[in-house]
Amino acid sequence: MRQLCKGNVAVVKGAILAGCRAYYGYPITPASEIAESAALYIPQVGGTFLQAESEVAAINMVYGAAAAGVRVMTASSGPGLSLMQEGMSYLAGAELPCVVVDVVRGGPGLGNIAPEQSDYFAMVKGGGHGNYRNIVLAPASVQEMADLTVLAFELADKYRNPAVVLADGFTGQMMEPLDLEYREIVAPEKLWAVKGTPETRANLISSIYLEPDQLEEHQRRLEAKYIRAHVEARHEVYQTEDAEILLVGYGIVSRVLRSTVEVARKQGLKAGLLRPITLWPFPTEALVEAASRVQKILVVELSNGQMVEDVRLAVNGKVPVEFYGRVGGNVPSVEELHAQVLERAAALV
Amino acid sequence: MADESKVGLKELEVSNNGFEVIHTKSDLFYDLYERKSELQHQTHYCPGCGHGVAHKLIAEALQELGLQDKTVFVSPVGCSVFAYYYFDVGNVQVAHGRAPASATAIKRACPDKIVISYQGDGDLAAIGTAEIVHAANRGEKISVFFVNNGIYGMTGGQMAPTTLVGEKSTTSPWGRRPANEGFPLHMSELLATLEAPVYIERVALSDNKNIMKARRAIKKALEIQRDGAGFTFVEILSPCPTIWGKDPVEARRWVLDRMVPVFPLNVFRDRKPEMPVNNAPPQRPVPDVLEITPKEGGYEGGVASHAHRFKNFTIKVAGFGGQGVLLLGQLLTEMGMREGLEVSWLPSYGPEMRSGSAHCHVCLSKNRIGSPLISHPNVLVAMNEISLRKFASQVGPGGLILYNRDALPADFEAPPKVRVICIPASEMADKLGSTKTTNIVLMGALLEETECLSPGTAMGVIEDKVKKVELLETNRKALAAGRHFIDEHAHLEALSQPDGYAE
Ligand SMILES: Cc1ncc(C[n+]2csc(CCOP(=O)(O)OP(=O)(O)O)c2C)c(N)n1
Ligand code: SF4
Repeated sequence: MRQLCKGNVAVVKGAILAGCRAYYGYPITPASEIAESAALYIPQVGGTFLQAESEVAAINMVYGAAAAGVRVMTASSGPGLSLMQEGMSYLAGAELPCVVVDVVRGGPGLGNIAPEQSDYFAMVKGGGHGNYRNIVLAPASVQEMADLTVLAFELADKYRNPAVVLADGFTGQMMEPLDLEYREIVAPEKLWAVKGTPETRANLISSIYLEPDQLEEHQRRLEAKYIRAHVEARHEVYQTEDAEILLVGYGIVSRVLRSTVEVARKQGLKAGLLRPITLWPFPTEALVEAASRVQKILVVELSNGQMVEDVRLAVNGKVPVEFYGRVGGNVPSVEELHAQVLERAAALV
Repeated sequence: MADESKVGLKELEVSNNGFEVIHTKSDLFYDLYERKSELQHQTHYCPGCGHGVAHKLIAEALQELGLQDKTVFVSPVGCSVFAYYYFDVGNVQVAHGRAPASATAIKRACPDKIVISYQGDGDLAAIGTAEIVHAANRGEKISVFFVNNGIYGMTGGQMAPTTLVGEKSTTSPWGRRPANEGFPLHMSELLATLEAPVYIERVALSDNKNIMKARRAIKKALEIQRDGAGFTFVEILSPCPTIWGKDPVEARRWVLDRMVPVFPLNVFRDRKPEMPVNNAPPQRPVPDVLEITPKEGGYEGGVASHAHRFKNFTIKVAGFGGQGVLLLGQLLTEMGMREGLEVSWLPSYGPEMRSGSAHCHVCLSKNRIGSPLISHPNVLVAMNEISLRKFASQVGPGGLILYNRDALPADFEAPPKVRVICIPASEMADKLGSTKTTNIVLMGALLEETECLSPGTAMGVIEDKVKKVELLETNRKALAAGRHFIDEHAHLEALSQPDGYAE
């Protein structure tokens, strides 16, 4: 049944559908409803909710639960994610699957609680120490807050790696219709987990490899895994077939861009939209393909320009890539973006 | 410790005072330490290191209690980071100081297993102070073995939170000065101020008698955990001959002579836990909890029919927190959904709410909704004067302002081509018996004036949200009153707008 649901609540509903039965977290605006609804729902389906003493503790609790083979998650926003970075590096190093949700707010420092997309570098490039990757998914609607959380659990288990749902203040706070379908989840068997049983007695969860050769081998294995994960790249395109200018944006921005494409087309300007759904792996191939037919790319973010670097890497100079960003919690309107598109398109002819 | 690690051997040793001592290796240790890259028959600990003795005592206790197959051992960061080389149990190595947090979650995932958090003094009493205090305070049913050697061993001899006053270390080269570095932290005493812990004891690996006491304490902690009683903590004063620059025998004596006076050996807590019984929440099927299945007697899905004479319709509701601003927006959004529209609701959130004002944006559309943030709403429902002044200029030409007052402020000028309907909704709601229904009066007016959504759908939604019969009746009256007001007054007024503008 279609229900009206808040993005943050949808995350937890998706998580429960995905078989998540453990949540460890610490409150922060604009992510707190995730902890609140986890506290309300997860114990009713036989799971564990615990409010940790800090995000540092929370992510290390996630580490413990993941080590014990449980589908586990946490959620926070900017400052909390900063505190979790060490733990995320350990999780990636020890190859522990988990889901971490970042409902991004304005930064740096305490910033504000309005939406930004300024944690792209921290999440996509790996904000912790060492060579590692997070799988990163970028929802643009309440429905996707649930659906991509489910996918995040699946990918996390498939690759034994942390998966991040990178949302923003608006997507977390807004309400939209949510359609959920219940299906029995058969949780994958985790033969590597440590559960205090005779079968798992020989297992070890660790990220320490003292010998350089051992650590190099470990990292090569991680790298190979990351390369394999490239097949998971996902994106959505809108009106790109005949587009002359390609707009690229993810999450909440992609929605405004979609409306912008419609407005631009009504006025005869052939604009199209590519929205990355996975930020890592980045939909490089799709972007290259779309770029081959356009004269210009305009990347729009709620940041000073973070994802735009990956777009530039992908198209590798074949078309000009321009950038427009708003920060501080300002979300551009359709009119504002349309003006940007007009201005940049004018320069084409 | 080299002398205890000749694996697979029973080794005879003649101790100082002439007794023969037989060393045996617990079966709980691996026969060969294959996770080590070399010297797989001995540990990596220095000769005379307390970690080796502590390991042996823990291994023997686990073995005696028959817990090998049930145990998860959490190794810290410190010299004992490689505890998993030795203990033939499930092993999890964790970040510096965070063992109690990880152990918490492991125990909660495996409540009938034995979870051990083994930590040094830097790990537990410095970087991990918060984690140990909170795990203890929650009464996690784990056993923490805290090896206090007054120094950072692994990183080569920096000051620990437990370093004695006056002791030199590489980071307290003139000796620990309380005026600069504070006093040694007494973790057992500190944790003993908490309600939840069941057992806290400090022991010392200083001499045979104290080692026997340590053995009993460790075993007792594990028994308490096995019986599910609660949080157990054994602080083990332990020699670090290497960093202390002493031979193993001197180092043990130093534990007794210098550490014990500062860290007295004691049982700080030994009692049955007095935990109030937890009322576990009722268990419900997932589809019910997630509201996938309709609530009994509630909305069952399906589309309520209504002729929507718009492609997109946007509403901004604004007022004081507590006036039902956000709720009105949610109700309208829910109605839109039930009438088969694409809908979104976006609230103001956070500190702004605390200052007392709130607003939200409602989009109703026949197409996929772009931004949920509305720059130019079709309708502004201004529930107070501040909101009227703040947001009126956003309303575009042809738009409507519903103002919760019987007249506009004298100095207020409505934006061009925007109609304003003043409706004393709060007073009307008051007369109906509940000011709380002000938002519903306004909803009635909004629906009657714009016909954007159907009043029938409104009642369906309200019936699902309002459970009390009397309150439901008041809401019904409020909705009707709002609609009636428009029929009686507003159309006439609207037609007599100075520029004659009316839809
Ligand atoms: C976040 C972080 N900071 C610093 C370190 C470096 N480090 C490793 S072990 C250690 C101190 C260990 O001392 P203690 O806990 O007393 O154990 P011991 O080696 O004495 O047994 C430090 C500071 C680290 N690994 N991680
Ligand atoms: S440095 Fe100290 S604590 Fe570390 S192994 Fe050597 S004696 Fe033990």
